[in-house]
Amino acid sequence: MSTTSTGNTGSTNPLLYIVILAFGIAAPFVMPAYIQQVSFLWIFILFALTWDLQGGQMGYNSFGNIVFFGTGMYVSASTQVALYFDLGAWNESGGENTFIHATDEYFIGLAAGLVLSGIVAAALAAFLGSGILGLRGQYFAICTLGLSVAAGEIAAGIDLIGAGSGMSTPVWPDAADSVIERGTFFYILCFMLAVATFIACKYLYSGRFGMVLNAIRDDEDKAEAMGIHTTRYKALSWTISAFFLGISGAIMGNIIGFIDPVDVAFTGATFGVWMVLMAILGGKGTLWGPVLGAAIFHIMQELFWTYFLGWQRVALGLLIILIVVFLPQGILGSLREHFPEWFGHRLEPVAVEDEK
Amino acid sequence: MDNILLLIEAPFLSVQAILDGIIIGALFSLAAYGMALVWGVMRIINIAQGEFVILGGYVAYFLYEAGIHPMFGIPVAGVVLFVVGYGLYKVVIYRVVDKDLFISLLATFGLSILIQQLMNIMFGADVQIAEAGFGTSFMFDYNVTIPHIRIVTFIVSAFLGALLVIYIKRSRLGQAIRATAQNARAARVMGIDTDHVYAMTFSLNAAICGATGALVAMTFAIHPYIGLPYTIRSFMIVIMAGLGNLPGVIAAGTGIGVAEQFADYIFGAEFRMAFIFLLLVAFLVWRGRMLARKREVLK
Repeated sequence: MSTTSTGNTGSTNPLLYIVILAFGIAAPFVMPAYIQQVSFLWIFILFALTWDLQGGQMGYNSFGNIVFFGTGMYVSASTQVALYFDLGAWNESGGENTFIHATDEYFIGLAAGLVLSGIVAAALAAFLGSGILGLRGQYFAICTLGLSVAAGEIAAGIDLIGAGSGMSTPVWPDAADSVIERGTFFYILCFMLAVATFIACKYLYSGRFGMVLNAIRDDEDKAEAMGIHTTRYKALSWTISAFFLGISGAIMGNIIGFIDPVDVAFTGATFGVWMVLMAILGGKGTLWGPVLGAAIFHIMQELFWTYFLGWQRVALGLLIILIVVFLPQGILGSLREHFPEWFGHRLEPVAVEDEK
Repeated sequence: MDNILLLIEAPFLSVQAILDGIIIGALFSLAAYGMALVWGVMRIINIAQGEFVILGGYVAYFLYEAGIHPMFGIPVAGVVLFVVGYGLYKVVIYRVVDKDLFISLLATFGLSILIQQLMNIMFGADVQIAEAGFGTSFMFDYNVTIPHIRIVTFIVSAFLGALLVIYIKRSRLGQAIRATAQNARAARVMGIDTDHVYAMTFSLNAAICGATGALVAMTFAIHPYIGLPYTIRSFMIVIMAGLGNLPGVIAAGTGIGVAEQFADYIFGAEFRMAFIFLLLVAFLVWRGRMLARKREVLK
């Protein structure tokens, strides 16, 4: 196997952090028109980072992480509504007119929804993980693919949460506009969540946990033979991903304002594949790869939507094939191969016999 | 639970479900056989399998639209999909054949999305049927309906399956395919052009899917987004039966077909997809548990 260390061996230039943080803080002021796109960028970075926690670091390629995203979305929306109204009546009416959250109700509900969505998604991951993470390789990948489709179909069949016609989230209270605008508020949530995810990943990769994950990726049987309780670590890694994904789903549901079971929540064919793609594009198994991949992918995706309208999904399918076929190592992976000294790998001088 | 009682009270429903299940199972087995071929020979799990099926269905549908009987769609779809499969192999698949399994999985997943969206743009998202016009029989006082096309479908799939097995067993190419599946390197040493074998295997699989799809378009209905369930069913059949186990494939295919029909009655047709996918998850987890137990015994 080629050298795929965790990518945090070399010290990252602190300037990079400052630039990214400055961008994150300045974005709502500098480009208010694009605030939703930038919010999505942070969520995409979170997607790629949490996918890489299994796919890149642990070697468990999941197509099913979207399940936790969708679960979080539904849990949060249901909590926000059910705290003050009757959930069934809300969904029958489409959440219109008669049900209006007061300002304090809205924010208390949202806070409760965010917390609960993370916890429920994490619990679901722990439960599913105990069975599914026992599978290896392609069986795991296809099993999670089946899970993601099944989740959407099940959500579309449950009447309490709006079934196939979807569910709307509470309307932003106008009274709150005097304090903070809706877009800016959710932007801050997205940004903070993405930063928290990054810090969590960086912390995890720098210690024993990251090493165990890499050991599982490199040779699981050997890791087990060394006395590592691999199943526990695998489930823990999935639970951590699910926690962040659940919260991101809760935020996303409130940004979009309407939850469709297949097109918004359990979007196996869009977000579900994109998170895989972003991590691979940037370079899986590295800390910065998913971040870079998410940023590039998001820009490309926005361009597709602008210039290939109607053909954007075709273009995306093509993009998957191109990336997988020509750039399976990802951008950082290829760079590392060609310029190892940039990543803190020292090259031993070897006597070259024949120079041309 | 009322639905289960209904099944017990009206045994005709069970007869209907079993008959439908067996016919559907024959179709699934055919597609699954193609998947097992590609998996066994090339070590690729083709996620685009279902899209090949639907593409074959559209070939039959367009023949029907043009006034030609859709039965001719079976060979035509086979030929068209063979060409498509060969083209895809030469452009995409041969680059991922010897790569990591996940890479090929993702590449065929990309192909699946690409084909799906192209079909959506070119053919529209409507549900289409290629009407064969064979009429319908009834049994038990009109309680059990059997459209004749389903009987035809069953016979044709059995015939195609048998043809395929003989071809793989007897023909020169079939021998080369089996040799490559056993040991690609040794086959290369013995002078077999494995790249050609791979190309033929992949195209042959696409052709099988195309013929299956033509039958699907006549028996059921097609639309661009219905492909993935066929992939999942094929996958499930292959792992239930194991690679290269033909009786197993037929048994698993029929079993899944019948199980699906009963699930329709019990849980309602809107949960059919969920049932298929959850069945896959449950089966994989169960299989993982059994393998783990075996491992413990070996210790």
